[in-house]
Amino acid sequence: MLTELQNSIGNDVLTGLAQAGGAIALCAAVVALCRWQSVHVEREAVISMARGLVQMVLVGLVLALLLHGRLLIGCLILFMMAIAAAITAAQRLKGMAGALPLCFWSIAAGAGIVIAAMLATRSLQPDISILVPVGSMIIANAMNACAQAIERLRSELLAHVGQIEAGLSLGAEPAVIVAPYLQSAVYASLLPRLDMMKSLGLVWIPGVMAGMVVSGASPVYAGVYQFIIVAMILAASGITGLVATVLMRSRAFSAAAQLTIRSAETTASSRAFGQAR
Amino acid sequence: MQVLAGEILAIVGPSGAGKSSFLRLLNRLDEPTSGTVLLKSQDYRSITPRELRRRVGMVMQMAYLFPGTIAANIAFGPHQHGKMLAPAQIGGLLERVGLPGLADRDVSNLSGGEAQRVALARTLANEPEVLLLDEPTSALDEASVRGIEELILGIVRERRMTCLIVTHNRAQAERLAGRTMVMQARRLVTIGPTEQVLHAD
Repeated sequence: MLTELQNSIGNDVLTGLAQAGGAIALCAAVVALCRWQSVHVEREAVISMARGLVQMVLVGLVLALLLHGRLLIGCLILFMMAIAAAITAAQRLKGMAGALPLCFWSIAAGAGIVIAAMLATRSLQPDISILVPVGSMIIANAMNACAQAIERLRSELLAHVGQIEAGLSLGAEPAVIVAPYLQSAVYASLLPRLDMMKSLGLVWIPGVMAGMVVSGASPVYAGVYQFIIVAMILAASGITGLVATVLMRSRAFSAAAQLTIRSAETTASSRAFGQAR
Repeated sequence: MQVLAGEILAIVGPSGAGKSSFLRLLNRLDEPTSGTVLLKSQDYRSITPRELRRRVGMVMQMAYLFPGTIAANIAFGPHQHGKMLAPAQIGGLLERVGLPGLADRDVSNLSGGEAQRVALARTLANEPEVLLLDEPTSALDEASVRGIEELILGIVRERRMTCLIVTHNRAQAERLAGRTMVMQARRLVTIGPTEQVLHAD
């Protein structure tokens, strides 16, 4: 296995590093151009490029190992990716108790259901070298949908505290009064994926199709398969957005139907009065 | 402290005294950290929040109307409790708050005073026993203030409701309330007949 790994790394690495040097030189020129226009991105550019290069070399090494690994390891890697995605998405909900499990279950539900469905319908082969890259694409999009949905719902709730409490004061169920805000949050989280679907083939040719064509697959089949992947990304994002907003709704209200999400200002004044929410 | 059935009690005090927070405890929009509230001798935690809020209605400082027509806003509360208001009932409520024939108007075209009248009608549609008013006239001009005050007095008297009104305006407390409670630094300072409390304070 080690020999195979060495082979897969091979002499191409030197060529790749030389090409990366060229790409870095071009980016450095752009950074210099920005500096000339008083846009200072030097530090961020150096850090981002260094991180990007190291991360992609590591990913390459992991993929080289994966090509020869077991399916179980692939599932474990997807699980770890889902945790990392949940941590990233949960950063949008700083200060909210239980944000991490909320994001994890939403992403796991969306990505998990879709990956399982793809495996069951044989549109995804139970082969680690296919499962991990396709799975990671679905998880990454579920993460974005989760972050966008909770961010939107949070801002909708904060912007409509008065109307929500007016509805609660009339005896409405929290689910009824926040339904329009949930709908707009899920829609907002789906919009980038819908645009992605609409522009498929017109504005961009996604990586899976490009990779399949390069490796000799029929371009028509590659195109149809890419459509399947994007459709599954859309489905995973929809499930994630729905689960995330429903979970967040249940956390936004107490058992006595009191709105518990508040802006920092309102919370400070409530605490001053000795309220425990 | 006790609020007497059928009375109008004003709650006055400086900004940040806790007047609005006190009102929010009474319909359980906020949870008391200690103690409880009794509604007709019944611990209010034994009543479901939805039923409690139907019985203890609230009108806020801003109207916070829902997008749509005036009629839809008025029908909202009863609908939450499985009751459909007939157009005649909606018309009757609108007439009572001085907005006859406006059921189909969109709420986005209302003045501040009109919006607050709709908010009052929307709360009254639930037929509450207690009416909580959180500075209902603070965002209105002087002419609208007097109109809303007269409306509140008339409705509370004819429906024999118990009413608590938060106000920063002592003259308003004198015009409306039989008793007044003064709050300061989140504590009750005094409570008693309005004239006596306000003049002693």
